[in-house]
Amino acid sequence: MFVIIGGGGKVGTNVTRTLLGLGHEVVVIEQNRLRYESLEEEFQHRARYGDATELHVLEDAGIGRPPDIVVAATGDDEDNLVISQLAQERYGVAKAVARVNDPRNEVHFDLLGISPTVSATSMVMALIQHEVPQHELVHLLELRKENLEIVEVEIGSGAPADGKRIEELRLPDTLRLISIMREGAAEIAVGSTELHAGDQVLAILEPGKEEDLCELLLAGKG
Amino acid sequence: MKAIVVGCGRVGSALAKVLHASGWEVAAVDESEEALRRLGERWPGEFHLGHGMDTAMLEAAGIQDADAVVVATDGDNTNIVVAQVAKLRYEVPSVAARIHDPARAKFYANRGFDIVSPTSAAIDQLTEWVSGIEVRA
Repeated sequence: MFVIIGGGGKVGTNVTRTLLGLGHEVVVIEQNRLRYESLEEEFQHRARYGDATELHVLEDAGIGRPPDIVVAATGDDEDNLVISQLAQERYGVAKAVARVNDPRNEVHFDLLGISPTVSATSMVMALIQHEVPQHELVHLLELRKENLEIVEVEIGSGAPADGKRIEELRLPDTLRLISIMREGAAEIAVGSTELHAGDQVLAILEPGKEEDLCELLLAGKG
Repeated sequence: MKAIVVGCGRVGSALAKVLHASGWEVAAVDESEEALRRLGERWPGEFHLGHGMDTAMLEAAGIQDADAVVVATDGDNTNIVVAQVAKLRYEVPSVAARIHDPARAKFYANRGFDIVSPTSAAIDQLTEWVSGIEVRA
């Protein structure tokens, strides 16, 4: 696989080193002279000096081939947005992965069609929320390798899901309902299953996405 | 008739004053308090301290009902992103961005916002000047 990485800070450097260790072809672009020199010492010709938002710098790095993936990993979100847009729209790169430094900027990445994005802050926050016990939500099983977990929630009265069919809920891709337990009897959750307050619902989801589930199934926060 | 000027350096602050003098209601935005100095002590318009990518600040400046947004910070990429946000997210009718790099200016042309490229303008003007050079006899 051929990967171009824009930004050789901590994230860019470690991704470069890891990909090279896995036998991939990598070019990393860094515009800070000092940082570039230490990258060049470690990665030799795989390090390039320049601004990764300049078209000729990207072209010198080989973006015209094009690479399989471009990783926009600078410390500036506006730079990462432009690197990703150039990669996808100007050079037809199939996949651009962008680092989001300030989680408030994630809306801009969504707006401009840049996905997936990676935000260290958001991930840490998701894990913190994951550790905070929520009494309405019981963690039953963690599938660490699969990065999934199974939880149980009781549908609150007046919750958005109360009285709705599952297919009406427009669940995100990171979340599925497994079964419904009502008056001691369990049934498999299907699109036409109607949910009611008091139902015990088993759900499978990505760790950290509990909030999406709670918003739908628990009573409104107000 | 409301305009927002994001980035109040020499260009942005001058333009904010021109807009105000032509009867526009102007909200100026800059990351630095120093921009206020360039706008003048008696700047009668709004001033918002913050980064152009900050949607909360843009909304406080009234971007939802602005007729025009001019983005002229010293960062090409900031200008490129804020102009797209103004156009696509807030559907501002008239949006202009300053982009120094001619290559990026060209790539982002025809996306519903206007681009002013001082570098290209300088190249064009100097190219015209070159054609008029008279050599020594």
